Amino acid sequence: MQVPAQFEYERASSVDDAIALLERHGEEARLIAGGHSLLPLMKLRLASPEVLVDINDLTDLQRIWVESDQLRIGAMVRHADLLASAVVGEHYRILHDAERVIADPVVRNRGTIGGSLCHADPAEDLSAALAAIRAEVVIKSSSGERVVPVRELCIGPFETVVGPAEIVTEVRLPIRPGTGSAYSKVERRAGDYAVAAAGAVVTLDGDMISEVGLGLAAVGAPRFVASRAEDAVRGRRADDEALGMAAQIAADECEPPTDQRGPSDYKRALAGELVKRALRTAIARCRGEEA
Amino acid sequence: MQVTVKVNGEEYTGEIEPRLLLVHFLRDELGLTGTHWGCDTSNCGVCVVQVDGTPVKSCTMLAAMASGHEVLTVEGLEQNGELDPIQQGFMTEHGLQCGFCTPGMMLTARWLLDANPNPSDAEIREAISGNLCRCTGYENIVRAIHWAADHPRVAEPEEVAAS
Repeated sequence: MQVPAQFEYERASSVDDAIALLERHGEEARLIAGGHSLLPLMKLRLASPEVLVDINDLTDLQRIWVESDQLRIGAMVRHADLLASAVVGEHYRILHDAERVIADPVVRNRGTIGGSLCHADPAEDLSAALAAIRAEVVIKSSSGERVVPVRELCIGPFETVVGPAEIVTEVRLPIRPGTGSAYSKVERRAGDYAVAAAGAVVTLDGDMISEVGLGLAAVGAPRFVASRAEDAVRGRRADDEALGMAAQIAADECEPPTDQRGPSDYKRALAGELVKRALRTAIARCRGEEA
Repeated sequence: MQVTVKVNGEEYTGEIEPRLLLVHFLRDELGLTGTHWGCDTSNCGVCVVQVDGTPVKSCTMLAAMASGHEVLTVEGLEQNGELDPIQQGFMTEHGLQCGFCTPGMMLTARWLLDANPNPSDAEIREAISGNLCRCTGYENIVRAIHWAADHPRVAEPEEVAAS
């Protein structure tokens, strides 16, 4: 039987209340949202916070809306709600692609967007998808709020720039016309973490790739990004040659770990192939071709 | 700490340790052992219960987090002495062998049918993809859920009047 170490439980009634509780209890306090990453770690005693601050009552963080050319997603939006959201699908198909293969429907009913980002698991799909999108994260503390690019959120496995008395409240995604996106993942079985996964966001200007975002999960890409591959294909024609180039460079720049999901060289080859597939689908969607 | 949880329509107030998981609260504190306890890692789905109408894995939720909320377990599926159609479907279509996954399967299936009264095979299989059957009796489980979809509960007159 897996039992977490003892802790105190507090329930926050607002964002300010959550911040006040974190300040009062210090560095050994943790926020708990869906709990589907934190509780398993606590059961294995890999995490033993002294205080849990439950933020499930913060329903004002459960909104999805469009404001000033941005799609905004509250940090407490559940995976299931992101998958069900029409406005999310309209602007970023990549998020629906990714959500369909994150865990299973019952887990998706609890897990949250903010929780996934803050957990910063190197195999986490949303981190890669939102890195490809170049989303920004709103982080609040008692001294105000700051906006941090998702690409600068994660500073290592399970480590982010979010401070001990800070809370992620929102994710902001730029809405760019002429953009298509897709996510491609290989997993050993339904609901598992990725063996490798890639997300692509492409903006076309005629036949030319004017902007591109490439995210990678589970293959040791720094901050979930294949930045050299992005630089290589930006400004090129959106053709098979560009796809092949992106795949090869992305495969070269990641450092997949060898583990129970496969050896490093296999994952490296897979990462390249998935970059190619995600790019191909993103380009097709950009052109309005169904894919 | 004190929690107050409504389980199957009845309110329970009790003193618990904050670290108590919902599955153990239901089984050990309330004696509702219909909710099973399996992998303990939110993979297998035998501990699925509904919280405010949504299925969740109760091994990965604190009982404290359920305080102030409504929980439905397999014991609460029957109404007025009559089995829920999903329970009848599992009987009629032999949707269980050992029965260990069955409560979780039924609570997930009930949620599916509440949202989508006529699901396809693919929609059923997707919905129960977080509920594992080690007897691998999925064919009959899918049939059982179809059976329940084809035989919805007929609303009782007084329930209609009450709503």
